[in-house]
Amino acid sequence: MPRKIVQRFQVPFLQVLDEKGKVDPKLDPGLPDEDLVRLYEAMILAREADQRMLRLQRQGRIGTFGPATGQEAASVGPALAMGPRDWLVPSFREMGAMLMRGIPLSTILLYWGGWEEGNVFPEEARTLPIAVILASQVPHAVGLAYAERLRGEDAAVVAFFGDGSTSEGDFHEALNFAAVWKAPVVFVCQNNQWAISTPFEKQTASETIAQKAIAYGMPGIRVDGNDPLATYVAVRDALARARAGEGPTLVEALTYRLMMHTTADDPTRYRSDEQVKPWQRRDPLVRTRLLLEKRKLWDDEREAELRARCKETIDEAVKAYETWKPPRPDVPFDRVYATPPAELEAQRKEFLASLPGADAGKGVD
Amino acid sequence: MARMTMVQAINLALHQEMERDDSVLVLGQDVGVNEGVFRVTAGLLAKFGEPRVIDTPLAESAIVGTAIGMALGGLRPVAEIQFSGFALLALGQLEGNAARYRSRTCGQRGVPLVVRMPYGGGVRALEHHSESREAIFAHVPGLKVVIPSTPRTARALLAAAIRDPDPVIFMEPKKSYRAFREEVPEEPETMEIGRARIAREGNDLAVVSWGAMLRPTLAAVEQVEEARGVSIRVIDLLTISPLDRETLVRAVKETGRMVVVQEAPLSFGPASEIIATVNDEALLWLEAPVKRIASWDVNTPYFAREEAFFPGVERIRKGIEETLDF
Ligand SMILES: Cc1ncc(C[n+]2csc(CCOP(=O)(O)OP(=O)(O)O)c2C)c(N)n1
Ligand SMILES: [Mg+2]
Repeated sequence: MPRKIVQRFQVPFLQVLDEKGKVDPKLDPGLPDEDLVRLYEAMILAREADQRMLRLQRQGRIGTFGPATGQEAASVGPALAMGPRDWLVPSFREMGAMLMRGIPLSTILLYWGGWEEGNVFPEEARTLPIAVILASQVPHAVGLAYAERLRGEDAAVVAFFGDGSTSEGDFHEALNFAAVWKAPVVFVCQNNQWAISTPFEKQTASETIAQKAIAYGMPGIRVDGNDPLATYVAVRDALARARAGEGPTLVEALTYRLMMHTTADDPTRYRSDEQVKPWQRRDPLVRTRLLLEKRKLWDDEREAELRARCKETIDEAVKAYETWKPPRPDVPFDRVYATPPAELEAQRKEFLASLPGADAGKGVD
Repeated sequence: MARMTMVQAINLALHQEMERDDSVLVLGQDVGVNEGVFRVTAGLLAKFGEPRVIDTPLAESAIVGTAIGMALGGLRPVAEIQFSGFALLALGQLEGNAARYRSRTCGQRGVPLVVRMPYGGGVRALEHHSESREAIFAHVPGLKVVIPSTPRTARALLAAAIRDPDPVIFMEPKKSYRAFREEVPEEPETMEIGRARIAREGNDLAVVSWGAMLRPTLAAVEQVEEARGVSIRVIDLLTISPLDRETLVRAVKETGRMVVVQEAPLSFGPASEIIATVNDEALLWLEAPVKRIASWDVNTPYFAREEAFFPGVERIRKGIEETLDF
C-alpha cells in the first residue's frame, strides 16, 4: 500500500491532586507524610519570599524581579523528585526549586540585588546559575548530562524553561541532541501561558508543548502544573528513565503566571483580571493544604507556625543580604580569566585610581 | 515642533514611515499589544493593524531571518530586538545573510532591513541588558551601524535607516530613552547616515562620543571650558559604520587634540578605529596622543557595580585635562 499511516502519537495528561484536594488513588505516589508537608512548606516559603521581594523591589532594595506566584508546584514537585547528585539547570522563575536544593535565600537576594555573588551556590546544591538568555541553558543541561554519564556518574539533569523559550532554536537543538545521545536529562517546561505579553496561542500553533517531544524521538507528557504530586510523579518517572539509559523526557507543567512578568511589566496592558481569575482558583497552595488537612497533617495552628517561621527565615535572609559586605571593588578584573593578562592588570590600576576617594588614598586596596 | 523624549521621537518616525510607505512593517517580541517593553511601538497596532505590526514568537534569529525574507520579498521590515544582548542570537543571520546578500547576488538583491535594539547601561537591569556591543556589528562589512544620541537625531536617523537600501543596525541608548526632551519637528525629517554632528563648537580640543556617553561628555566639557577658558569641540558620531572620517580628521587638523569617549570596553572598539583613522590621515597635526575613555575589558558587571565601570563625568574631565596638558 503506497499510502499509509507510519506513526501515530498520543500526548498524555496527568493530574494526581485535584483542585479540591482529592488524590486519585490509582495515581497516588504514596509519598510519606514528611514529604507532603515538605512540598507544602517549600511552596509557602517560595510564595512568601516572592511577595517580600516584590516589596523590596518597590522600595528600591533589589532590582527588577520576576515573581513565580502561582507556579510553585511546577518548581517544587520536580525538586522533590531529584536526588542529591542530580543537577538543577534553572531558567529564572524557579525559586521554589532553588530553595529546595539548599540555596540560601540571601544568595538569591544578592542575585536580584545586582551582584554576581548571587550566582555562587553551595557545591552540594548542584545548581547552575540563573539563565537570562532564554533557552540558552537547555543545551548546557544536555552537555552536563552527557558529562555525568561519561564520567560514570549516576546523576541526571533537570532543566527548566518557559513556554516562550520553546520558540528559541536552542530549545529545539538541545532536545534533538539529547534524544540522539540518549542523554540522562529531563526537560521541564513551566508553561505559564505567557511570555511577557505574548499568550500561548501566539507562541506556538501546537496544542501542547509536550507534543514537541515526539518530533525529537522522546516521550512528552503534559501535567497539571499546579499539582505538586503530578509534577513530582512525572519528573520522578522521567528521572528513572534517564538513569536507566532510556534517554530524555519532556515534561510540560501547565500552570499560569498570576502576577506581572517582572516588576518592570504592566500586565493590565494585555490581559484582563477576568482571564486571570479562574487560575487564582487553581492556586497550588490551596489544594495542597486541603490534602494535608484531609490527611490530618495540618491545621490553623500549624499554618500560623509555618507562616511565622517563613517570616523569620525571610527576615534573616534580607538582613544577611543587606549587611553583606561586598568584596573590594576591582573583583570583576579577577574574574574574566583564570589569570588576568597584563593588559587587564594595567586597567585595574587605572580603574582603582578612578574611584571616588582614590586620590585621597582611601577606600581602595 | 514638540518637545519629545527619545521614545516618543522614535515612535513618531515609525508612525510617519509606516504612513508614507505601506511596505514598511514592524515585527518583534511584545511590539504589538504591549507596544514594546519600552513603549517605542505605541499606537502602531491600533493604527496599522495586525499584518503590519507583528507580535512574533520568542526567537531572535527567526525575527531577523524572516525579516530578511520579507525584505527580499519587497517589504521594508523594522525588526525590534528587545535588548541588544539578545541580538547576538541573530548574529548568524546578520553576518551570514543580511550583510552579504548584495555582494552574493552581484548587486541583484539587497536587504533593506532595520534592526532596532535598545543598548547600553545605567538602568539597573539584569545581565545581558546593559552591554554596548556596537563593535561586533560594525566589524561586519555590509551592515551600517547607527547610534542616535538625542530625540531629534533618533527620529531623523531612524527615518533614514528605514529608507536605506541596506541593512541598518539601529542601536538606541536606553538610558537616554526618557532622560531628557528635545524639540522635534512635526514634518518628516531625515539625516544622512554616515555623517557625524558637531554637538558643540570649539578649537582647542575635540571630544568624540556617541549614544548615552554624549551627555556626561558635554557636562565634562562644560566644566573644563569654565575652569580653563578653553573651547572644546564635541563630535556626536551618530553613525559608527560607515565612519565619518572627514569630520574626525578635520577636527584633529583644526584642534590638534582629541579624546574619544566610548561606553563599550576599551579594546577593539570604535575608539580604536577612530584613532587608526587619525593616525592614517592627521598624525602630524596631533599635539598629544589621542586618549580613549572607555569601560574596562571586563564583562559588564551586574547593576550593583555597573556605575563605576562606565565612563562618568569625572573620568572624562580628567582625560580631557590630561590631553590639554600633554
Ligand atoms: C533570548 C532572549 N530573548 C528575550 C529575552 C527577554 N525576555 C525575558 S523573559 C521573556 C519572556 C519569557 O517567556 P517564557 O519563556 O514563557 O518564560 P516566563 O517569563 O513566562 O517564565 C522575554 C521575552 C530574553 N531574556 N532572552
Ligand atoms: Mg511563560
